[in-house]
Amino acid sequence: MRKIAITALATGLALTLGAQNAEAQQRQRFTWWYGLTGQLGEVMQSYCKNFNEAQTQYEIVCTGQGDYAQALQNTIAAFRANEHPTIVQVYDVGTTDLMLSGQYVPARQLMSENGYQVQWDNYISSIGNYYATSKGEMLSFPFNSSTAVLYWNKGAYRAVGQENPPESWEGIEKAARALKAQGHACPIAIDFDSWQHWEQFNAIHNLPMATQQNGFGGLNAEIRINALFRRHANNLLSWFKEGLVQVRTPQAGGLVNAFAQGECAMIMGSIANHVGITRTAKQGLEWSVGMLPLYAGHHRTNSMVGGASLWVLKGRPAAEYKGAAAFLAFIAQPQQELFMVQNTGYIPVTRGGYDAIKAGGFYAQPQNQGREVAMTSLLATEPTENSRGLRLGNFTQVRALYANEMAAAFGGQKTMDQALDAIETQGNQLLRRFEQTYRGRQLP
Amino acid sequence: MERRATFRTPLLPWLLVLPQLLIIFVFFYWPTGEAFVWAFTLEQPWGGGRAWVGWQNFAEIFSSVHYWHSVRISIVYALGTSLLAIGSALLLALFVDREVKGSRHWRIALIWPYAIAAPAIGMIFRFVFDPRAGVFSMLNQMMPGLWDPSLNGTHAMLMLILAGAWQLVAYNFVFFLAGLQSIPRGLTEAAAMDGAGPLRRMRDIQVPLLAPTFFFLLVINLTDSFTNSFGLVHIMTDGGPARSTDLMVFKIYADGFKGLDYSGAAAQSIILMLLVVLLTFVQFRFVERKMHYR
Repeated sequence: MRKIAITALATGLALTLGAQNAEAQQRQRFTWWYGLTGQLGEVMQSYCKNFNEAQTQYEIVCTGQGDYAQALQNTIAAFRANEHPTIVQVYDVGTTDLMLSGQYVPARQLMSENGYQVQWDNYISSIGNYYATSKGEMLSFPFNSSTAVLYWNKGAYRAVGQENPPESWEGIEKAARALKAQGHACPIAIDFDSWQHWEQFNAIHNLPMATQQNGFGGLNAEIRINALFRRHANNLLSWFKEGLVQVRTPQAGGLVNAFAQGECAMIMGSIANHVGITRTAKQGLEWSVGMLPLYAGHHRTNSMVGGASLWVLKGRPAAEYKGAAAFLAFIAQPQQELFMVQNTGYIPVTRGGYDAIKAGGFYAQPQNQGREVAMTSLLATEPTENSRGLRLGNFTQVRALYANEMAAAFGGQKTMDQALDAIETQGNQLLRRFEQTYRGRQLP
Repeated sequence: MERRATFRTPLLPWLLVLPQLLIIFVFFYWPTGEAFVWAFTLEQPWGGGRAWVGWQNFAEIFSSVHYWHSVRISIVYALGTSLLAIGSALLLALFVDREVKGSRHWRIALIWPYAIAAPAIGMIFRFVFDPRAGVFSMLNQMMPGLWDPSLNGTHAMLMLILAGAWQLVAYNFVFFLAGLQSIPRGLTEAAAMDGAGPLRRMRDIQVPLLAPTFFFLLVINLTDSFTNSFGLVHIMTDGGPARSTDLMVFKIYADGFKGLDYSGAAAQSIILMLLVVLLTFVQFRFVERKMHYR
């Protein structure tokens, strides 16, 4: 009896394994790890499903690894154990680390080796440059991309005669003051996220964050707080004391929630939040989108891209790279870009994709009102040394440093100037440590 | 007469403990060894190489004001949670032991919280302490700006201590109740016959007899607060505002995993490990010896 059972089990096992082998021979498997969760994670899964249904040669296996930071941690751990995925989604500030590690297959090399013709200049230059070498050769594929915009509560500001978001900080201050005078509790909300409040501020004003062209020129770059940002940060703090600005960090409920519930009348944040605000907005909330404000006397430069790109890692069997190239070619098609734009708040990354989406009337639909502002902001000018991106090491820690020092200034523990000086000195210590870790390495 | 188990071959006992040794080696000695190497080098996150830097990582840590701040607030947090958790657990156990009305149900209700994971506790307490929507928002309705853990570091720390203590109360309660129930009834009954009221009996008989439990829990709670506070900090404050809740164990995570500074984090975890070893040593050397369980 027992013998029969074992034989049956063994036969069953052999059959299953055989079947799997047969399938594996038919379709080359490879893996992709992504760093998005919730609804965005589902969109990633549908990409994989669509790719697997669209062809029969390859099979992509997609795994969500938590948020961006976790996905990066898990990938590094897997890489060290030689169990890493073929493709990985890495967020904007993880770019410098990966570039220096050299453990990737450059995008251009991957595609040409596998016989794909890619029009690299089709990528929007302010997006492609963030992931490119100093000579402009793209190393990874821009994927889910965004930029920072201003969200404006039309209903609230109409009461003080401001229908549309002002272009200048002076105009914002005036409107906020008028709203405050009417008894509005929260004309402006900010958090301590450096991306929209510091990095983008410098980009659109065409001011450097750091020496050596924001780090593109070498690892010895130094962070410099410029005079205009110093003035702006001090303004924000004095407006906070005056009651024009409220702080809504994630621990205090978050910016998006404060805006969508109609509590705070203006926030700055990623265009990717557009969908979230549309879905969760309080009944009757009238709002619009504007470009980040400038100080008077400055010309607008393009804002920087945020989000993540797809990297192909070294050290996988050659056959998997064929699949990876096929997948990357698949998602670069205009209809796939449209799929992303329709299902998330992200923006198209190629000119062709953008033109097709615009021509299709996407931005004219009422639920997408204002989403083209992100494109106007990104395409405002050709990227300059100050607006093409950042190549600063340990940047996740620099961002945390910014958040902590801002919290100290707004919490009254130190003056704004002391906080900014601390960001400069301690930020540079972090950069020097990074430089020492990669001593003798050059950015590609 | 001494009784001793003997094995015919010297190999057998080694084989018997081998699985355990293997587990300890893989999950403790190996990672610790790796951490020691990293602590004296600058490790590239993607594994492209490492440079020997001697004591530089430690020197940087010990000269960092943020690290010493982290040590200070970790001690505040550890003492705060331990004392609060021990105090309230003792009080609750004394009540349940006195068979107040419904104490059988209370007993079960008080043990349950121990089964809740730290992130879940963090989530619940985030709602409770929310300055705009939570129970504590009543303070702000009375006087605006009175309670704001998202900008005021003291408030954030207080919130963390309360949540941490709440989590430990259940654990301590079990030990105190067991301790109380192992006190011979004869002692308390005799005291009662002599005319000692309930408070007097608690002060002179029950609490002194609980001293071993008390010291045991103190050491366990302190160690626990140093190493297990991570889940709470991660969910409730993320180390902020302005590093006011950047406890040692959270700083290791933030520097190492988020910031990809593996070497700095490795050096910090070695310091933390030595601290916990020291606490354990204190427990075995002094507490276990000096305290009599009977």
